[in-house]
Amino acid sequence: MSQPVDRFEVRLAGSGGQGLILAGLILAEAVAIFDDRNATQTQSYGPEARGGASRSEIVISDGEIHYPKVISADVLLAMSQEACDKYFYGLKPDGLLVVDSGLIERVPSSRAVEAPITRIAQETTGRAISANIVALGLIGGLTGVVSRQALQRAVTARVPEGTVDMNLKAMVAGWEKALEIIERGGVGPD
Amino acid sequence: MAAPRMMQGNEACAAGAIAAGCRFFGGYPITPSTDIAEYMARELPRVGGVFIQMEDEIAGIAAVIGASLGGAKAMTATSGPGFSLMQENIGYAAMTEVPCVIVNVMRLGPSTGRPTSPSQGDVMQARWGSHGDHPIIALSPASVLETFELTVRAFNLSERYRTPVIVLVDEVVGHMREKVTLPRSEDVKAIDRIRPSEPPEWYKPYGSSPNDVPPLASFGSGYRYHVTGLHHDSAGFPTDRVDEVEPWARRIFRKIKGSVNHIAQYETDGVEDARTIVVAYGSVARAASEAIRVARSRRRKVGLLRLKTLWPFPTRVIGQVCREARRVIVPEMNLGQIAIEVERIAGDRKVRRVNRIDGEMITPQQILDAMEAK
Repeated sequence: MSQPVDRFEVRLAGSGGQGLILAGLILAEAVAIFDDRNATQTQSYGPEARGGASRSEIVISDGEIHYPKVISADVLLAMSQEACDKYFYGLKPDGLLVVDSGLIERVPSSRAVEAPITRIAQETTGRAISANIVALGLIGGLTGVVSRQALQRAVTARVPEGTVDMNLKAMVAGWEKALEIIERGGVGPD
Repeated sequence: MAAPRMMQGNEACAAGAIAAGCRFFGGYPITPSTDIAEYMARELPRVGGVFIQMEDEIAGIAAVIGASLGGAKAMTATSGPGFSLMQENIGYAAMTEVPCVIVNVMRLGPSTGRPTSPSQGDVMQARWGSHGDHPIIALSPASVLETFELTVRAFNLSERYRTPVIVLVDEVVGHMREKVTLPRSEDVKAIDRIRPSEPPEWYKPYGSSPNDVPPLASFGSGYRYHVTGLHHDSAGFPTDRVDEVEPWARRIFRKIKGSVNHIAQYETDGVEDARTIVVAYGSVARAASEAIRVARSRRRKVGLLRLKTLWPFPTRVIGQVCREARRVIVPEMNLGQIAIEVERIAGDRKVRRVNRIDGEMITPQQILDAMEAK
């Protein structure tokens, strides 16, 4: 189906408990409120509190957004093998696949960006749980779909009290990793 | 206007309720409606309201009816399984003509179904879920902002017509976050029920009145009257007299059906010269808008009729737009609950159904396929 030119779709997919729905909200809020564009965020998850499949979808545009779900993704973040296998074919042919190389063994594309997202979180903040924010920094740095300042403000506004500094560190680590990957010439294993 | 913010449909629903003057919430949490209860539990006490988590949904709606009789604007919020439990008391509210708002954030059923997945499977339950002939009002928002607006409207309609009003949100809209700028509460037009002006000894809670909506006295305000689910006379006491039973029933239908043009709201987009009309509501209307955008880029003459009110059914506008069209498409996240109504009115026009009951949202492509199919 022909897509409006002005429509950028991001799918964050993995397991329940990884914070992907919060990450989706932060990205959407960064774009819509702090960069003053338009964004919708929807979610799909199982009934479990932890585990089970979880995904968050963000549609970004400067115009009105009718359909709030992903039609074909410009960016897929895969934080589990299952999510990677399931959603890889929903990615545009020239779309960007970002995987956590510590969680995914079989990468279905030689053009994927493979980064040890959870390990970076652990090393930077001592908390693997901040991997979702590392991933946001990574996506922001790789795509430029959100400004660094806007993402910083949205992270500050939405993460739990007492974790702002930790999460900002995680975001910066992700963003710096993106710049390093671009510098290196892009894709492939780290 | 306040500053724009990212807000969920469920949050906007709760904010709309408070802006409309809701000061009582009774209910029981259930996915995907729980955000509404959480918001009300946090915010109602700040505006002098009361939040009660009851032992189940039956008690939740019972508490709401009681609070409304006490003079408060009251609501509950639930999803399919809880909505089923509430049915008997929704009929009680219709019978006793007690204003109240019931929000149902629809998830995939039947039974426990898929608790976190969207559906529009409760459209007919909203209409006929409670036993016995009774009128009902049901509204269906398609965006976060509209969830705020239609929740306000639900309260206003319930107060004006002394009737339960159902807000049918689907999970996509309930959980979706969008950028919204809500009106300030002083800019929200809230309608209050008419209270009696006559002395208590003359008051008839079910008496005749020019617009078929008798004034409603709050309990504790000095007016003593009887409330029962039995058929009752103008004073509220049980009656078997056929010359009281049927006129009452006719009146409660008249007060809603007679005002269908005021109650039923819809939006049209390019229906005037369209050969194909899509009739849609809730989140599915957004898939329809996207499909229509693409179809128009292929020079197809397509239009959208988006229903914001599902019950009473907007028969007249459906008839008008279907008359000019060759084909009518009704996409729904159920097996055709509104399509049946459209077919009833569309006469010999071809009505094509697009249905989905797997817990995923209907895609623009599915609607496009129905437009292109021979």
